[in-house]
Formats: sequence, structure tokens, C-alpha cells
Amino acid sequence: MNRRAALMLGVLLVLLVVLPHAVNAYVLSVATLILYLAYTGQAWNVMMGFAGQLSLGHSLYVGVAGYVAGALFFHYGIGPWAGLWLAIVVCVAFGLAIGFLAFRFGISGVYFALLTIAFAEFTRIGFDHLAWTGGPGGMFLKVAQRDAWDLLNFRGPPIMYYYAMLLLCALAFVVCYLLLKSRAGYYWQAIRENEEAAQALGINTFRWKMLAVALSSAMTAVSGVFFAFYYNNLFPEQIFHISRSIEIILGPIIGGVGTLFGPILGAVVLTLLSDGITEALAAMGWEIPGVKQVFYGIVLLVVVIFLPHGIWPTLARRLGLSR
Amino acid sequence: MPLDLVVNVTIAGVLTGLVYGLMALGLSVIFGVVRVVNFAHGEMMTIAMYAAVILFGAFKVDPFLAVLPVAAVFFALGYALQAGLINPFITRPEHSQFILLVAVATIMVNGLLIGFGPDARNLQVPYQLESWEFGKILLDKARIYAAAAALATSAALFLFFKYSLTGKAIRACADNNLGALVVGLNVKHLYALTFGLGSACVAVAGCMMILLVDVTPNLGPAYTLLAFVIVIVGGLGSMPGALLGGVLIGVSEALAGLYITPSAKSMMSFGLLILVLLFRPQGLLGRKA
Repeated sequence: MNRRAALMLGVLLVLLVVLPHAVNAYVLSVATLILYLAYTGQAWNVMMGFAGQLSLGHSLYVGVAGYVAGALFFHYGIGPWAGLWLAIVVCVAFGLAIGFLAFRFGISGVYFALLTIAFAEFTRIGFDHLAWTGGPGGMFLKVAQRDAWDLLNFRGPPIMYYYAMLLLCALAFVVCYLLLKSRAGYYWQAIRENEEAAQALGINTFRWKMLAVALSSAMTAVSGVFFAFYYNNLFPEQIFHISRSIEIILGPIIGGVGTLFGPILGAVVLTLLSDGITEALAAMGWEIPGVKQVFYGIVLLVVVIFLPHGIWPTLARRLGLSR
Repeated sequence: MPLDLVVNVTIAGVLTGLVYGLMALGLSVIFGVVRVVNFAHGEMMTIAMYAAVILFGAFKVDPFLAVLPVAAVFFALGYALQAGLINPFITRPEHSQFILLVAVATIMVNGLLIGFGPDARNLQVPYQLESWEFGKILLDKARIYAAAAALATSAALFLFFKYSLTGKAIRACADNNLGALVVGLNVKHLYALTFGLGSACVAVAGCMMILLVDVTPNLGPAYTLLAFVIVIVGGLGSMPGALLGGVLIGVSEALAGLYITPSAKSMMSFGLLILVLLFRPQGLLGRKA
């Protein structure tokens, strides 16, 4: 990272820290959503962008983690700080199980992607029939007073969730930056570019791919717990749905797969685009269900056709941040 | 559980499964040749179902007649989609292709939502309520006709690939892309042709499926997933495999609905998919890559 990039990053961070004090509740909620998507996209990027393993079922980890921490709180009053660890353990176990089965049996590419969808769908239907977590009717966490910061139970005003997510995003950024420069990062990139060649060089590709899955699922578990305590309701139909997986991966892909800024930029662009379209349509009085998504789809088409590597690599060159 | 009920449900599952199979056949043919997973497959299916509803509502065209124009239009649209949008993505990474087709699917689903609203649509033909009785065995006429049409379409496609010159050329592209280019085949045109044929399969399957279930715009993603499951269970690229997979999934769904609960039926399919992927990744009738 050159000095210019470091400076811009610093300015961005300061802006993000003061932002909640300058905007209304609506903008704050949009900003929180952006940070949530940026963080989760970063987590997905570890698996796909770094190690080249395409997961189309990351909603699995969001949902499982949300349900584990949510159910502990709902049934036993156990706060999210304890629930978080269990959620991470369960999600990593899920991830490793899928990774083990897939990588042992030599499943890769499209087949691996479809396997991840299958596991997510399987789990979704499973939770639909699990009475302990409310089945299809959902599970609702008690909403505490909105004005008091109860950090122990992670209940509080929207601004608390914003800062929590900002902290997570910053942490994830640093972790990913260090990972990319580490031995694991170089091994992953070697595997991503050419797995056979990596293997020929003596890299235990199975082990490093498993590490990528474990890290990615652990990071995604944190956003699942956040989701549960921020939205306070969990429905299998929503949290495990394939559209949620797509929402997670659109950001990094539009922003730039395998880059550090891609997931963040992608989350910003897509969320603002989605909200911008809503506002524009409302202003024109075209509030017919579906119109927004059609526009969204068209923009997606245009971006993916004309910017095959995502927005960030092109933008970075324009800003003089990379050669 | 009385035996005749189980038998009747199983037969219905087999017949519905054949229509599923035809839908999946379209996906299988496209993937087998173009090597792109059509993530908008189920959405195309729902468009065909709406087309049948409209033709019936406006002109009283029976779905079995509507098949012809709908399939022809789908062939043309599929050709255009491949030639215009997907061909440039052939050499792009899988996640790029995925986003492209997800965007297409999003436009399709929401285009239907704008046009027809969220309510379920269907059509009613007289023979939908008729059936043949053999003792305690009941055969729904609509289901039998639909399954027969699915089988006939599959057979026609099979013969086309087996014996026609164009079909052989397409198979050559699938077997060895570089070789096909070297001998002077117009690979891009053949890819577009294949996508057109796959779309026509979906069109026929959609016109048949509307006799069996109601359609809503949101049905698309579920059908896309269903088609994946079937094709992988049967073996990607294997034509008999797609039909076998369709029948297996149709029966497993029907029996799961009977023995467990209807809402658990797709859990069976996904469970089956996971087992097949792990123990026979090339699918039941697929060849090892």
C-alpha cells in the first residue's frame, strides 16, 4: 500500500467515525447495512477471492450463527459474547465438514458451488421444521430499551450497532491485509491461480483450502450473530435464502474479487444504487413492485459486462493507487 | 398407509418427474456443451408457464398447441441470449458468469412481477379433471399427456443429437472445443443453437407444468435449484441421466410429501444431491470427467 492510499484510508476512517453524528436515523441504518455487507463480503472474499473456492451458500453461516446465538439468548438468556464463540465453533464445524467432503472427493468449481447451495438449502428447510427455534414462524429476540447501551447483552441504540460493525470492518480489513501478505495468503493465491501447479510445488492444497473455509466461515459467523441482535428476528426463509447468499457475494464481485477494497466499495455502490433507485422511482411515482429490481438487474448486467474485474481495479488505476 | 395410495402417489411422482426431467434436460444440454450453468433456467420455465396461461386466456389455445409457438419463440430468445450476452462470457471465471445470469434471472422474475402481479395463475382445461381408472389405480389424463409430451420432446432431442449433422457438430464442440475450431466449425453459432434448444426444452416443460401446478413469479429460483439437483443427480451432460434424475426427484418429492410432510419434500432432493455429489460426483449416469 503506498502513502497516498494510506492517507485516503485514514481520511475515510475519520469520516466514518464522525458520520453517525452528522446524519439522521435513516442514513445511519443504511450506513450500518453497508458496513454489514462490506464485512460479510470481506469474509466471503477470503474463500473465493484469496483461495479461489466459489461459495454460493454463505447464507448458511450467517443463518446458523444467528440461530445459535439467538437461541441461546432466547431460551437461556445467555448473552451474545458467549453465544458468539459457540456460533463460530458451529459454523467452522459446518464449513470444515463441507470442505472436507468436497475437497477429499475432488469436487471443485461449479460442483463445489452447487454443493454449498445444497447445504444452505438443506439447512434452511431443516430450520423450517425445527420447533425449538420457532420453525417457519421465526424467532424473535426481546428488544431492550433503545437508548441505553447494554454492551454485555449487545442491546442498545442504532449508533452502537454502527460502531460495532465499523470496528468489525476495520478488523477484517487489517486481518485480510495481513493474510494476503502472509505465507497462507501466497499459498492461497497459488492455489487460486493453478491448483495443480501449487500441488506440484509441494503445497498441501487440501490443508490450505480447509484453512480458507474455516477462516471465512468463522468471520461470517460474526456477522450472523450481529444480524440476529441487530434485526432481532430470524426466519429460515429469509436468513438462509439463496438471495441472501447472492446479496453477500455481489458486493465483492462488483467491487473486485480478491482485492481488499473491492468488498467495501461493492457494498457501498450496490446499497446506494438500490436505495437510489428506490428514491428515484418514488420521486417519479413508479412504485410498482419489481421495477426497482429490474433496474438493479440491468445495472448489474452493465457492470459485469464492462468491468470484468470489478470497479475497484479500474478506480484504483484512475486514482493513481496502483500501477 | 394403504398400498393403493402409495402406488398412486408414486405414479403421479413418476409422471411429474418426467416433466421435471425435460426441464433439467435443457439445463444439462446447455451445460454439457457451453459449460455455463444457466442460473436463469427456472425463471425461463416460469415465463413459459405464463406464456401458456396467456395464450389460453386470450385465444383459448390448449397448452398442447401452445407448445409450438412458445417453443419457437424460446428457441429464438435462447439463441439471442447466448449469441449476445453469454458468448463473450465463455472464457470468464465462473463467478462472473454467475452474476451475469443472476442479473438476467432478476430481470425475468421482476419483469413477470410487473406484468402479472404476485398472485398465482393457472389455466383450466376439461381433461385436467378426468382420469382413467384401473381398479384402485387412478391415472390423471393431464399428467399422462404431459409426461408423454415430455418423453416425445426428449426423444426428438436425443435423435437430433445422435443422427443429425448439426447435432453431431454440437457434440463435437462439447467433446473437444479446440478440435471443433480447428476443423472449421462455427462454435459460437453452435453454442447459440444449443442454448436455443435448451430453452425450447424449458418452453415445452413449462407448457406441460402449468397443467399440474399454479405459477407465481417467485417460482423461478426454486425451479432453477430443482433443475440443478436433477441434473447433478442424473449426471451433467447425460441425456438419459436428466430424465432418470427427474423421475427420481419427482418420486422422492411425492413420497416425502406423503410420508413426512409436503414442506419437507425439497429437503429429500437436496439430501439426495449431497449424497450423489459426495459418492458419485459425476452423477448416476454421468461419465467420469
